[in-house]
Amino acid sequence: MRLIDHAKVVNNMKPRILKNIFFKGVFFAATMFGLLVLGILLYRILTQGIGYLDLQFLQSLPSRKPEMAGVKTALIGTIWLMVVVAPVSLLLGVGTAIYLEEYARKNQFTNFIQINISNLAGVPSIVFGLLGLTVFVRALALGTSVLAAGLTMSLLVLPIIIVASQEAIRSVPNDLRQASFGMGATKWQTILRVVMPAAIPGILTGGILALSRAIGETAPLVVLGLPLFLAFLPKSVFDMFTVLPMQIYNWTGRPQEEFHALAAAGIIVLLILLIFMNSIAVFIRNKFQKRY
Amino acid sequence: MTATIEKQKVLEKQGDNKSSKQPKDIVYKTSELNLWYGEIQALKNIDLDIYEKEVTAIIGPSGCGKSTYIKTLNRMIELVPGVKTSGEIAYRGRNIFDKSYGVEELRTKVGMVFQKPNPFPKSIYENVAYGPKIHGIRAKKILDEIVEKSLRGAAIWDEVKDRLNQNAYGLSGGQQQRLCIARCLAIEPDVILMDEPTSALDPISTLKVEELVQELKEEFSIIIVTHNMQQAARISDKTAFFLNGEVVEFAETDKIFSTPSDKRTEDYITGRFG
Repeated sequence: MRLIDHAKVVNNMKPRILKNIFFKGVFFAATMFGLLVLGILLYRILTQGIGYLDLQFLQSLPSRKPEMAGVKTALIGTIWLMVVVAPVSLLLGVGTAIYLEEYARKNQFTNFIQINISNLAGVPSIVFGLLGLTVFVRALALGTSVLAAGLTMSLLVLPIIIVASQEAIRSVPNDLRQASFGMGATKWQTILRVVMPAAIPGILTGGILALSRAIGETAPLVVLGLPLFLAFLPKSVFDMFTVLPMQIYNWTGRPQEEFHALAAAGIIVLLILLIFMNSIAVFIRNKFQKRY
Repeated sequence: MTATIEKQKVLEKQGDNKSSKQPKDIVYKTSELNLWYGEIQALKNIDLDIYEKEVTAIIGPSGCGKSTYIKTLNRMIELVPGVKTSGEIAYRGRNIFDKSYGVEELRTKVGMVFQKPNPFPKSIYENVAYGPKIHGIRAKKILDEIVEKSLRGAAIWDEVKDRLNQNAYGLSGGQQQRLCIARCLAIEPDVILMDEPTSALDPISTLKVEELVQELKEEFSIIIVTHNMQQAARISDKTAFFLNGEVVEFAETDKIFSTPSDKRTEDYITGRFG
Protein backbone atom coordinates (compact mmCIF):
# COMPACT_ATOMS: atom_id res chain seq x y z
CA MET A 1 0.00 0.00 0.00
CA ARG A 2 1.26 3.44 -0.83
CA LEU A 3 1.21 5.91 2.00
CA ILE A 4 1.55 8.94 -0.23
CA ASP A 5 -1.19 9.81 -2.71
CA HIS A 6 0.76 11.41 -5.53
CA ALA A 7 -2.30 12.85 -7.25
CA LYS A 8 -3.10 14.75 -4.08
CA VAL A 9 0.46 15.97 -3.77
CA VAL A 10 0.37 17.37 -7.29
CA ASN A 11 -2.96 19.06 -6.57
CA ASN A 12 -1.49 20.76 -3.54
CA MET A 13 1.49 22.02 -5.47
CA LYS A 14 0.07 25.40 -6.47
CA PRO A 15 -0.45 26.96 -3.02
CA ARG A 16 3.00 25.81 -2.00
CA ILE A 17 4.61 27.48 -4.99
CA LEU A 18 2.54 30.64 -4.48
CA LYS A 19 3.62 30.78 -0.86
CA ASN A 20 7.21 30.53 -1.95
CA ILE A 21 6.78 33.42 -4.37
CA PHE A 22 5.03 35.47 -1.70
CA PHE A 23 7.82 35.06 0.82
CA LYS A 24 10.46 35.75 -1.75
CA GLY A 25 8.65 39.08 -2.35
CA VAL A 26 8.51 39.84 1.38
CA PHE A 27 12.23 39.30 1.85
CA PHE A 28 13.04 41.30 -1.26
CA ALA A 29 10.91 44.18 0.02
CA ALA A 30 12.73 44.04 3.37
CA THR A 31 16.06 44.32 1.59
CA MET A 32 14.81 47.16 -0.59
CA PHE A 33 13.49 49.09 2.41
CA GLY A 34 16.98 49.47 3.80
CA LEU A 35 18.38 50.46 0.44
CA LEU A 36 15.61 53.00 -0.09
CA VAL A 37 16.22 54.69 3.25
CA LEU A 38 19.93 54.79 2.57
CA GLY A 39 19.27 56.26 -0.87
CA ILE A 40 17.05 59.03 0.47
CA LEU A 41 19.57 59.82 3.18
CA LEU A 42 22.44 60.03 0.73
CA TYR A 43 20.39 62.09 -1.70
CA ARG A 44 19.42 64.66 0.95
CA ILE A 45 22.93 64.99 2.28
CA LEU A 46 24.54 65.15 -1.13
CA THR A 47 22.17 67.79 -2.52
CA GLN A 48 22.47 69.83 0.65
CA GLY A 49 26.18 69.60 1.24
CA ILE A 50 27.81 69.19 -2.13
CA GLY A 51 27.87 72.95 -2.73
CA TYR A 52 30.14 73.52 0.25
CA LEU A 53 32.38 70.58 -0.42
CA ASP A 54 35.64 71.84 -1.89
CA LEU A 55 39.32 72.02 -1.02
CA GLN A 56 38.77 75.19 0.94
CA PHE A 57 36.25 73.38 3.14
CA LEU A 58 38.86 70.76 3.96
CA GLN A 59 41.59 73.32 4.60
CA SER A 60 39.75 75.89 6.70
CA LEU A 61 39.42 76.14 10.43
CA PRO A 62 35.92 76.44 11.88
CA SER A 63 34.49 79.94 11.78
CA ARG A 64 31.47 81.91 12.83
CA LYS A 65 30.94 82.83 9.20
CA PRO A 66 29.59 79.84 7.29
CA GLU A 67 31.32 80.72 4.01
CA MET A 68 34.73 80.66 5.73
CA ALA A 69 34.17 77.61 7.92
CA GLY A 70 35.90 74.28 7.30
CA VAL A 71 36.59 70.90 8.83
CA LYS A 72 40.36 71.02 9.07
CA THR A 73 40.59 70.80 12.87
CA ALA A 74 37.96 68.07 12.99
CA LEU A 75 39.50 66.00 10.20
CA ILE A 76 42.99 66.23 11.68
CA GLY A 77 41.50 65.52 15.11
CA THR A 78 39.85 62.37 13.80
CA ILE A 79 43.18 61.19 12.39
CA TRP A 80 44.87 61.91 15.74
CA LEU A 81 42.19 59.90 17.46
CA MET A 82 42.91 56.96 15.16
CA VAL A 83 46.62 57.18 15.94
CA VAL A 84 45.76 56.39 19.56
CA VAL A 85 42.81 54.04 19.07
CA ALA A 86 44.30 51.76 16.40
CA PRO A 87 47.39 50.51 18.24
CA VAL A 88 45.83 50.45 21.71
CA SER A 89 42.65 48.62 20.75
CA LEU A 90 44.33 46.20 18.33
CA LEU A 91 47.10 45.21 20.75
CA LEU A 92 44.75 44.75 23.68
CA GLY A 93 42.03 43.14 21.59
CA VAL A 94 44.15 40.67 19.66
CA GLY A 95 46.15 39.84 22.79
CA THR A 96 42.96 39.05 24.69
CA ALA A 97 41.61 36.98 21.81
CA ILE A 98 44.82 34.94 21.55
CA TYR A 99 44.83 34.30 25.28
CA LEU A 100 41.20 33.25 25.40
CA GLU A 101 41.33 31.07 22.28
CA GLU A 102 44.76 29.51 22.48
CA TYR A 103 46.03 29.56 26.03
CA ALA A 104 43.15 29.82 28.49
CA ARG A 105 41.56 26.63 29.68
CA LYS A 106 37.87 26.40 29.08
CA ASN A 107 36.48 26.70 32.58
CA GLN A 108 33.92 28.73 34.50
CA PHE A 109 36.25 31.68 34.80
CA THR A 110 37.00 32.02 31.09
CA ASN A 111 33.33 31.42 30.39
CA PHE A 112 32.55 34.33 32.70
CA ILE A 113 35.06 36.55 30.88
CA GLN A 114 33.61 35.50 27.55
CA ILE A 115 30.05 36.39 28.53
CA ASN A 116 31.17 39.74 29.87
CA ILE A 117 33.02 40.61 26.69
CA SER A 118 29.85 39.97 24.73
CA ASN A 119 27.89 42.05 27.23
CA LEU A 120 30.42 44.83 26.97
CA ALA A 121 29.84 44.97 23.22
CA GLY A 122 26.21 45.80 23.98
CA VAL A 123 26.86 48.55 26.54
CA PRO A 124 25.65 51.96 25.27
CA SER A 125 28.54 54.12 24.15
CA ILE A 126 27.56 56.93 26.48
CA VAL A 127 28.40 54.67 29.42
CA PHE A 128 31.92 54.37 28.06
CA GLY A 129 31.94 58.15 27.89
CA LEU A 130 31.14 58.35 31.61
CA LEU A 131 33.86 55.80 32.33
CA GLY A 132 36.35 57.80 30.30
CA LEU A 133 35.34 61.01 32.05
CA THR A 134 35.86 59.49 35.50
CA VAL A 135 39.02 57.52 34.81
CA PHE A 136 40.98 59.23 32.07
CA VAL A 137 39.81 62.86 32.14
CA ARG A 138 39.51 63.30 35.90
CA ALA A 139 41.36 60.55 37.82
CA LEU A 140 44.36 60.39 35.51
CA ALA A 141 44.01 64.12 34.81
CA LEU A 142 44.47 63.75 31.07
CA GLY A 143 41.83 66.41 30.41
CA THR A 144 39.94 66.43 27.13
CA SER A 145 43.08 65.35 25.32
CA VAL A 146 43.57 63.08 22.33
CA LEU A 147 44.93 60.46 24.72
CA ALA A 148 41.91 60.49 27.06
CA ALA A 149 39.45 60.31 24.17
CA GLY A 150 41.56 57.71 22.37
CA LEU A 151 41.70 55.42 25.40
CA THR A 152 37.96 55.80 25.94
CA MET A 153 37.26 54.94 22.31
CA SER A 154 39.67 52.01 22.50
CA LEU A 155 37.66 50.57 25.37
CA LEU A 156 34.48 51.12 23.38
CA VAL A 157 35.65 49.14 20.36
CA LEU A 158 37.69 46.58 22.29
CA PRO A 159 34.85 44.03 22.61
CA ILE A 160 34.22 44.19 18.86
CA ILE A 161 37.88 43.56 18.10
CA ILE A 162 38.13 40.75 20.64
CA VAL A 163 35.07 38.95 19.30
CA ALA A 164 36.12 39.39 15.65
CA SER A 165 39.66 38.20 16.41
CA GLN A 166 38.40 35.23 18.38
CA GLU A 167 36.23 34.20 15.47
CA ALA A 168 39.14 34.58 13.06
CA ILE A 169 41.39 32.51 15.32
CA ARG A 170 38.72 29.88 15.84
CA SER A 171 38.23 29.52 12.10
CA VAL A 172 41.82 28.30 11.68
CA PRO A 173 41.42 24.52 11.39
CA ASN A 174 42.67 22.51 14.34
CA ASP A 175 44.46 20.20 11.90
CA LEU A 176 47.02 22.92 11.28
CA ARG A 177 47.71 23.42 14.97
CA GLN A 178 48.11 19.68 15.41
CA ALA A 179 50.50 19.47 12.47
CA SER A 180 52.62 22.15 14.12
CA PHE A 181 52.48 20.67 17.62
CA GLY A 182 53.24 17.27 16.11
CA MET A 183 56.61 18.54 14.96
CA GLY A 184 57.55 19.79 18.38
CA ALA A 185 56.56 23.41 17.96
CA THR A 186 55.68 25.31 21.11
CA LYS A 187 52.34 27.00 21.47
CA TRP A 188 53.79 30.42 20.74
CA GLN A 189 55.58 29.18 17.61
CA THR A 190 52.34 27.64 16.44
CA ILE A 191 50.41 30.83 17.10
CA LEU A 192 53.01 33.02 15.43
CA ARG A 193 53.68 30.89 12.37
CA VAL A 194 50.46 29.00 11.73
CA VAL A 195 47.48 30.54 13.49
CA MET A 196 48.23 34.23 13.03
CA PRO A 197 49.03 34.18 9.29
CA ALA A 198 45.75 32.38 8.69
CA ALA A 199 43.75 34.56 11.06
CA ILE A 200 45.18 37.97 10.19
CA PRO A 201 42.70 38.80 7.37
CA GLY A 202 39.76 38.22 9.70
CA ILE A 203 41.41 40.14 12.50
CA LEU A 204 42.23 43.13 10.31
CA THR A 205 38.76 43.19 8.80
CA GLY A 206 37.21 43.22 12.26
CA GLY A 207 39.75 45.77 13.42
CA ILE A 208 39.07 48.20 10.61
CA LEU A 209 35.31 47.91 11.05
CA ALA A 210 35.80 48.61 14.74
CA LEU A 211 37.91 51.67 13.92
CA SER A 212 35.20 52.91 11.58
CA ARG A 213 32.83 52.68 14.50
CA ALA A 214 35.23 54.73 16.61
CA ILE A 215 35.41 57.38 13.90
CA GLY A 216 31.65 57.80 13.79
CA GLU A 217 30.93 57.68 17.53
CA THR A 218 29.89 60.98 19.11
CA ALA A 219 28.13 60.36 22.41
CA PRO A 220 31.13 59.36 24.54
CA LEU A 221 33.09 62.35 23.28
CA VAL A 222 30.28 64.71 24.21
CA VAL A 223 30.39 63.28 27.72
CA LEU A 224 34.18 63.67 27.87
CA GLY A 225 33.59 67.35 27.13
CA LEU A 226 35.38 67.73 23.83
CA PRO A 227 35.13 71.31 22.60
CA LEU A 228 32.52 71.98 19.96
CA PHE A 229 34.50 74.84 18.60
CA LEU A 230 38.25 74.69 18.28
CA ALA A 231 40.36 76.94 16.12
CA PHE A 232 43.75 75.29 16.54
CA LEU A 233 45.28 71.91 15.76
CA PRO A 234 46.55 69.42 18.36
CA LYS A 235 50.33 69.08 18.41
CA SER A 236 50.60 66.03 20.65
CA VAL A 237 48.35 63.42 22.21
CA PHE A 238 48.04 65.61 25.30
CA ASP A 239 46.39 68.49 23.43
CA MET A 240 42.77 69.39 23.18
CA PHE A 241 41.09 68.42 19.94
CA THR A 242 37.78 67.81 18.28
CA VAL A 243 36.57 65.29 15.73
CA LEU A 244 34.31 65.21 12.67
CA PRO A 245 31.12 63.96 14.36
CA MET A 246 31.50 66.65 17.02
CA GLN A 247 31.92 69.33 14.37
CA ILE A 248 28.86 68.04 12.52
CA TYR A 249 26.89 67.96 15.76
CA ASN A 250 27.91 71.55 16.44
CA TRP A 251 26.84 72.77 13.01
CA THR A 252 23.49 70.99 13.02
CA GLY A 253 22.69 72.72 16.31
CA ARG A 254 23.01 76.20 14.85
CA PRO A 255 19.91 78.11 13.71
CA GLN A 256 21.34 79.34 10.37
CA GLU A 257 20.45 77.31 7.30
CA GLU A 258 24.04 77.61 5.94
CA PHE A 259 25.45 75.70 8.87
CA HIS A 260 23.07 72.83 8.16
CA ALA A 261 24.53 72.66 4.67
CA LEU A 262 28.00 72.72 6.22
CA ALA A 263 26.99 69.83 8.45
CA ALA A 264 25.87 67.92 5.36
CA ALA A 265 29.23 68.59 3.75
CA GLY A 266 30.94 67.37 6.93
CA ILE A 267 28.85 64.21 6.84
CA ILE A 268 29.98 63.62 3.26
CA VAL A 269 33.62 63.88 4.38
CA LEU A 270 32.93 61.46 7.22
CA LEU A 271 31.13 59.04 4.89
CA ILE A 272 33.98 59.11 2.39
CA LEU A 273 36.41 58.36 5.20
CA LEU A 274 34.26 55.45 6.36
CA ILE A 275 33.78 54.05 2.86
CA PHE A 276 37.52 54.30 2.34
CA MET A 277 38.22 52.34 5.52
CA ASN A 278 35.58 49.74 4.79
CA SER A 279 36.98 49.20 1.32
CA ILE A 280 40.39 48.55 2.85
CA ALA A 281 38.69 45.92 5.00
CA VAL A 282 37.03 44.34 1.98
CA PHE A 283 40.30 44.48 0.04
CA ILE A 284 42.21 42.74 2.81
CA ARG A 285 39.51 40.12 3.14
CA ASN A 286 39.53 39.31 -0.56
CA LYS A 287 43.25 39.51 -1.05
CA PHE A 288 44.44 37.43 1.88
CA GLN A 289 41.53 35.15 2.54
CA LYS A 290 42.65 31.54 2.69
CA ARG A 291 40.46 28.63 1.91
CA TYR A 292 40.92 25.32 3.61
CA MET B 1 70.86 17.92 14.17
CA THR B 2 73.42 18.19 11.38
CA ALA B 3 74.92 14.88 12.41
CA THR B 4 71.60 13.15 11.98
CA ILE B 5 71.20 14.56 8.48
CA GLU B 6 73.91 12.14 7.42
CA LYS B 7 71.75 9.34 8.71
CA GLN B 8 69.20 9.93 5.98
CA LYS B 9 71.67 9.01 3.28
CA VAL B 10 70.71 5.45 4.04
CA LEU B 11 67.45 6.23 2.29
CA GLU B 12 69.20 6.54 -1.02
CA LYS B 13 70.86 3.18 -0.78
CA GLN B 14 67.82 1.41 0.57
CA GLY B 15 67.73 -2.31 0.18
CA ASP B 16 71.35 -2.82 1.21
CA ASN B 17 70.77 -3.85 4.77
CA LYS B 18 68.40 -6.73 4.29
CA SER B 19 70.99 -9.18 5.49
CA SER B 20 71.16 -7.86 9.06
CA LYS B 21 69.53 -10.29 11.41
CA GLN B 22 70.59 -9.06 14.85
CA PRO B 23 67.80 -8.47 17.39
CA LYS B 24 66.13 -5.10 17.06
CA ASP B 25 65.84 -2.52 19.81
CA ILE B 26 62.59 -1.66 21.45
CA VAL B 27 61.51 1.91 20.65
CA TYR B 28 58.32 2.06 22.64
CA LYS B 29 57.62 -0.05 25.66
CA THR B 30 54.10 0.41 26.92
CA SER B 31 53.29 -1.04 30.31
CA GLU B 32 49.94 -1.10 32.04
CA LEU B 33 48.72 1.98 30.22
CA ASN B 34 45.24 3.17 31.13
CA LEU B 35 43.60 6.25 29.71
CA TRP B 36 40.35 7.98 30.54
CA TYR B 37 38.39 10.66 28.74
CA GLY B 38 36.75 12.12 31.82
CA GLU B 39 34.93 9.12 33.30
CA ILE B 40 35.10 6.94 30.22
CA GLN B 41 38.01 4.55 30.04
CA ALA B 42 39.36 4.39 26.51
CA LEU B 43 42.49 2.30 27.03
CA LYS B 44 42.72 -0.60 29.46
CA ASN B 45 45.96 -2.11 30.67
CA ILE B 46 47.85 -1.85 27.43
CA ASP B 47 51.15 -3.71 27.26
CA LEU B 48 52.89 -3.41 23.94
CA ASP B 49 56.50 -3.46 22.75
CA ILE B 50 57.25 -1.72 19.50
CA TYR B 51 60.52 -2.54 17.77
CA GLU B 52 62.62 -0.23 15.66
CA LYS B 53 62.72 -0.23 11.88
CA GLU B 54 59.54 -2.16 11.59
CA VAL B 55 56.04 -1.31 10.58
CA THR B 56 53.64 -1.95 13.41
CA ALA B 57 50.00 -1.85 12.39
CA ILE B 58 47.20 -1.20 14.82
CA ILE B 59 43.85 -2.48 13.69
CA GLY B 60 40.43 -2.68 15.27
CA PRO B 61 36.87 -1.49 14.85
CA SER B 62 35.91 2.18 15.29
CA GLY B 63 36.08 3.34 18.86
CA CYS B 64 38.44 0.58 19.96
CA GLY B 65 41.08 3.05 21.11
CA LYS B 66 43.59 2.61 18.33
CA SER B 67 43.74 6.31 17.44
CA THR B 68 43.79 7.21 21.12
CA TYR B 69 46.76 4.92 21.62
CA ILE B 70 48.82 6.29 18.75
CA LYS B 71 48.11 9.85 19.87
CA THR B 72 49.28 8.94 23.34
CA LEU B 73 52.67 7.93 21.95
CA ASN B 74 53.53 11.56 21.18
CA ARG B 75 51.21 12.92 23.85
CA MET B 76 49.01 14.67 21.30
CA ILE B 77 46.10 13.17 23.21
CA GLU B 78 46.71 15.76 25.91
CA LEU B 79 45.17 18.38 23.62
CA VAL B 80 41.83 16.78 24.43
CA PRO B 81 40.50 18.31 27.66
CA GLY B 82 39.95 15.96 30.57
CA VAL B 83 42.35 13.20 29.58
CA LYS B 84 43.95 11.22 32.41
CA THR B 85 46.50 8.46 32.11
CA SER B 86 48.16 5.91 34.34
CA GLY B 87 50.92 3.45 33.65
CA GLU B 88 54.01 4.05 31.61
CA ILE B 89 55.17 4.45 28.04
CA ALA B 90 58.93 4.31 27.75
CA TYR B 91 60.36 5.79 24.59
CA ARG B 92 63.93 4.54 24.20
CA GLY B 93 63.94 3.72 27.87
CA ARG B 94 62.57 7.03 29.15
CA ASN B 95 59.05 7.46 30.46
CA ILE B 96 57.30 10.00 28.24
CA PHE B 97 54.95 10.95 31.09
CA ASP B 98 57.92 11.97 33.19
CA LYS B 99 57.64 15.57 34.36
CA SER B 100 61.12 16.37 33.10
CA TYR B 101 60.32 15.09 29.60
CA GLY B 102 59.05 18.04 27.53
CA VAL B 103 56.47 17.23 24.88
CA GLU B 104 58.34 19.41 22.41
CA GLU B 105 61.47 17.33 22.91
CA LEU B 106 59.56 14.08 22.47
CA ARG B 107 57.88 15.30 19.29
CA THR B 108 61.14 16.24 17.63
CA LYS B 109 61.92 12.53 17.65
CA VAL B 110 58.44 11.24 17.01
CA GLY B 111 56.81 12.64 13.89
CA MET B 112 53.16 12.27 13.05
CA VAL B 113 51.13 11.97 9.86
CA PHE B 114 47.44 12.61 10.27
CA GLN B 115 44.26 11.12 8.90
CA LYS B 116 43.40 14.07 6.71
CA PRO B 117 46.23 15.69 4.75
CA ASN B 118 46.91 18.89 6.66
CA PRO B 119 49.55 20.96 4.88
CA PHE B 120 49.93 24.54 6.01
CA PRO B 121 48.51 27.19 3.69
CA LYS B 122 52.07 28.03 2.70
CA SER B 123 54.35 27.12 -0.18
CA ILE B 124 55.53 23.55 -0.63
CA TYR B 125 59.02 24.63 0.40
CA GLU B 126 57.80 26.40 3.53
CA ASN B 127 55.74 23.39 4.53
CA VAL B 128 58.77 21.13 4.56
CA ALA B 129 61.09 23.74 6.04
CA TYR B 130 58.65 24.44 8.87
CA GLY B 131 59.94 21.78 11.25
CA PRO B 132 63.64 22.56 10.88
CA LYS B 133 62.87 26.29 11.17
CA ILE B 134 61.02 25.99 14.43
CA HIS B 135 63.94 24.00 15.75
CA GLY B 136 66.20 26.91 15.01
CA ILE B 137 67.79 26.04 11.68
CA ARG B 138 68.21 29.28 9.78
CA ALA B 139 70.89 28.61 7.15
CA LYS B 140 69.30 28.65 3.73
CA LYS B 141 71.71 26.06 2.36
CA ILE B 142 70.92 23.50 5.01
CA LEU B 143 67.20 24.18 4.70
CA ASP B 144 67.37 23.69 0.93
CA GLU B 145 69.13 20.41 1.45
CA ILE B 146 66.65 19.21 4.06
CA VAL B 147 63.71 20.16 1.84
CA GLU B 148 65.07 18.24 -1.13
CA LYS B 149 66.06 15.22 0.92
CA SER B 150 62.69 15.08 2.65
CA LEU B 151 60.70 15.49 -0.55
CA ARG B 152 62.80 12.76 -2.19
CA GLY B 153 62.30 10.60 0.88
CA ALA B 154 58.55 10.99 0.53
CA ALA B 155 58.72 10.16 -3.19
CA ILE B 156 57.21 13.45 -4.25
CA TRP B 157 60.31 15.42 -5.29
CA ASP B 158 59.91 14.82 -9.02
CA GLU B 159 56.33 16.01 -8.94
CA VAL B 160 56.98 19.26 -7.09
CA LYS B 161 60.60 20.23 -7.73
CA ASP B 162 59.59 22.87 -10.30
CA ARG B 163 56.98 24.49 -8.12
CA LEU B 164 58.43 24.55 -4.64
CA ASN B 165 57.22 28.09 -4.15
CA GLN B 166 53.63 27.38 -5.05
CA ASN B 167 50.96 26.94 -2.45
CA ALA B 168 50.63 23.41 -1.13
CA TYR B 169 46.86 23.65 -1.51
CA GLY B 170 47.30 23.32 -5.27
CA LEU B 171 48.40 19.71 -4.85
CA SER B 172 46.04 16.76 -5.07
CA GLY B 173 44.96 14.98 -1.89
CA GLY B 174 47.46 12.18 -2.35
CA GLN B 175 50.29 14.59 -3.06
CA GLN B 176 49.32 16.64 -0.03
CA GLN B 177 49.55 13.56 2.14
CA ARG B 178 53.01 12.71 0.79
CA LEU B 179 53.98 16.33 1.36
CA CYS B 180 52.87 15.91 4.97
CA ILE B 181 55.07 12.82 5.17
CA ALA B 182 57.95 14.86 3.75
CA ARG B 183 57.26 17.55 6.30
CA CYS B 184 57.45 14.90 8.97
CA LEU B 185 60.73 13.51 7.58
CA ALA B 186 62.21 16.99 7.64
CA ILE B 187 62.52 16.93 11.42
CA GLU B 188 64.50 13.70 11.00
CA PRO B 189 62.44 11.72 13.42
CA ASP B 190 63.18 8.34 14.89
CA VAL B 191 59.58 7.15 14.86
CA ILE B 192 56.77 8.06 12.50
CA LEU B 193 53.22 7.74 13.77
CA MET B 194 50.59 7.44 11.07
CA ASP B 195 46.97 7.80 12.03
CA GLU B 196 44.95 6.28 9.19
CA PRO B 197 47.08 8.11 6.64
CA THR B 198 45.26 6.79 3.59
CA SER B 199 41.65 6.92 4.72
CA ALA B 200 41.05 10.16 2.80
CA LEU B 201 42.92 9.06 -0.33
CA ASP B 202 41.99 7.38 -3.60
CA PRO B 203 43.31 3.85 -4.31
CA ILE B 204 46.28 4.96 -6.41
CA SER B 205 47.44 7.52 -3.88
CA THR B 206 46.91 4.90 -1.19
CA LEU B 207 49.17 2.52 -3.07
CA LYS B 208 51.87 5.18 -3.34
CA VAL B 209 51.73 5.88 0.37
CA GLU B 210 51.89 2.15 1.11
CA GLU B 211 54.96 1.74 -1.09
CA LEU B 212 56.47 4.71 0.64
CA VAL B 213 55.90 3.16 4.05
CA GLN B 214 57.79 0.08 2.87
CA GLU B 215 60.75 2.24 1.89
CA LEU B 216 60.65 4.36 5.01
CA LYS B 217 60.89 1.43 7.40
CA GLU B 218 64.49 0.91 6.35
CA GLU B 219 65.22 4.09 8.21
CA PHE B 220 62.38 4.75 10.61
CA SER B 221 60.18 2.89 13.01
CA ILE B 222 56.63 3.23 11.82
CA ILE B 223 53.43 2.78 13.74
CA ILE B 224 50.35 2.92 11.59
CA VAL B 225 46.71 2.91 12.58
CA THR B 226 44.43 1.57 9.92
CA HIS B 227 40.95 0.20 9.66
CA ASN B 228 41.84 -1.37 6.36
CA MET B 229 42.89 -4.91 7.22
CA GLN B 230 44.30 -5.65 3.79
CA GLN B 231 46.51 -2.62 4.21
CA ALA B 232 47.77 -3.90 7.55
CA ALA B 233 48.44 -7.30 5.97
CA ARG B 234 50.25 -5.74 3.03
CA ILE B 235 52.58 -3.35 4.74
CA SER B 236 53.16 -4.28 8.36
CA ASP B 237 55.59 -6.59 10.11
CA LYS B 238 53.63 -6.78 13.33
CA THR B 239 49.98 -6.19 14.00
CA ALA B 240 48.15 -5.31 17.18
CA PHE B 241 44.42 -5.94 17.32
CA PHE B 242 42.58 -3.55 19.60
CA LEU B 243 39.06 -4.10 20.86
CA ASN B 244 37.17 -2.00 23.41
CA GLY B 245 40.35 -0.35 24.60
CA GLU B 246 42.30 -3.55 25.09
CA VAL B 247 44.98 -5.28 23.10
CA VAL B 248 43.42 -8.59 22.15
CA GLU B 249 46.35 -9.89 20.22
CA PHE B 250 49.76 -8.64 19.19
CA ALA B 251 51.99 -10.73 16.96
CA GLU B 252 53.71 -11.05 13.63
CA THR B 253 51.35 -9.87 10.90
CA ASP B 254 51.58 -13.22 9.09
CA LYS B 255 50.52 -15.03 12.18
CA ILE B 256 47.64 -12.67 12.98
CA PHE B 257 46.21 -13.06 9.53
CA SER B 258 46.79 -16.78 9.11
CA THR B 259 46.52 -18.34 12.53
CA PRO B 260 45.16 -15.87 15.06
CA SER B 261 45.18 -17.29 18.55
CA ASP B 262 42.18 -15.36 19.80
CA LYS B 263 38.67 -16.07 18.55
CA ARG B 264 37.81 -12.35 18.50
CA THR B 265 40.77 -11.59 16.24
CA GLU B 266 39.67 -14.27 13.88
CA ASP B 267 36.12 -12.97 13.83
CA TYR B 268 37.34 -9.48 13.10
CA ILE B 269 39.77 -10.29 10.32
CA THR B 270 37.33 -12.61 8.63
CA GLY B 271 34.82 -9.77 8.64
CA ARG B 272 32.33 -11.28 11.03
CA PHE B 273 32.08 -8.00 12.92
CA GLY B 274 33.48 -4.46 12.98
